Amino acid sequence: MVSRTKSPKPTKVSTTVSKVIRNYQQDKDKLIQILLYLQSTLGWLSREVLTEVSEQLQVPITQVYQIASYYKAFSLMPRGRHIIKVCLGTACQVRGSPRLLDTISAMLNLKPCETSEDMRFTLETVNCLGCCAMGPVVVVDETYHTKPSPSDLRKLFESAK
Amino acid sequence: MTVTLQIDGKEVKAREGMTILEAAKEAGVEIPKLCYHEKLKPYGACRICSVEVERKGRARIVASCGYPVEQGLVVRTRSPRIDRIRKTLIELIAPTTMVDGEVVGEIKKLAKEYGANIHRFESRFRAKPTRCILCGQCVRYCDEVIGEHAIGFVGRGIERRAVFFPEKAKACLTCQACFDLCPTGKIPSETDFVVFDGFSIDDYLAGEL
Ligand code: SF4
Ligand code: FES
Ligand code: FES
Repeated sequence: MVSRTKSPKPTKVSTTVSKVIRNYQQDKDKLIQILLYLQSTLGWLSREVLTEVSEQLQVPITQVYQIASYYKAFSLMPRGRHIIKVCLGTACQVRGSPRLLDTISAMLNLKPCETSEDMRFTLETVNCLGCCAMGPVVVVDETYHTKPSPSDLRKLFESAK
Repeated sequence: MTVTLQIDGKEVKAREGMTILEAAKEAGVEIPKLCYHEKLKPYGACRICSVEVERKGRARIVASCGYPVEQGLVVRTRSPRIDRIRKTLIELIAPTTMVDGEVVGEIKKLAKEYGANIHRFESRFRAKPTRCILCGQCVRYCDEVIGEHAIGFVGRGIERRAVFFPEKAKACLTCQACFDLCPTGKIPSETDFVVFDGFSIDDYLAGEL
């Protein structure tokens, strides 16, 4: 195998990853759990983190990325301090969430999956949050909002620093 | 253990554990395939190898690259039903493999043989014409035979892509085994083998694929 060419600094990333992997008994079958844990603590899965996981767990990087890019729960790009999720599930679509998405998109000047340059907001879409009766649903930092009006949204975004 | 089965009216002897596709090949009957490779585990992705099998008078359609031979099985590798299925399959993958208004590689040969209308689904095609049919031969060959894991699949659904991992691809310069495997010729025509511009994980992460 090729030895690591990067400088031998025992980076913080490698220590973080090795701790997590040890907590999961170095078990390859727990790859998804390991990634979920890293996602929730780091906010996103960088190339560096995933490379560490691949090397330390001895799972090919191709396989790590195949899984990390498959599930929506994982984010492969940095995310902002505030996460806005617009539900595009069937029920919310019928109740007008695509228009809501357009409104939010215009307000924040972000397309879905984009993060603002000041790292303040990330706009995401999801497919059904399991509360269709509340639709159209927008989640801002884990708080659910039912059919928010443009002025509700503006207030929300202004208060999010 | 050998079993005897019938392929296109011929009595064929085959070893137990062989697939229909392999037994047919030994008997000189070629079945079309897009994701099968003799050195790789059956994958069953493309379904172009579909054949009709008949057992106890009941006929059904199976993917011959993964279906094991059985004593007394009656197999038809060509029939109006099979030809129709293959024709539709080719029509469905045609838009992805269109280069300058023409389908390329293996798909071109098959389209001709089965009289496929390559424009049939064009107007309803919403994905990007990546020239990749996701047969997985490159990815699986690199994993199962070469062991380098230099190319892999990312994303899902219509956004699924085969991408190279440049840091793993040092061996590619001399290996290039996936060149000849790719049924659409995407790999030889789009790879530079140095930075994999437009074909790498980094392009994918940048949202450019
Ligand atoms: S790049 Fe070619 S060999 Fe690889 S999955 Fe796509 S079509 Fe198959
Ligand atoms: S469709 Fe939006 S919550 Fe179910
Ligand atoms: S060759 Fe059998 S499914 Fe592709």
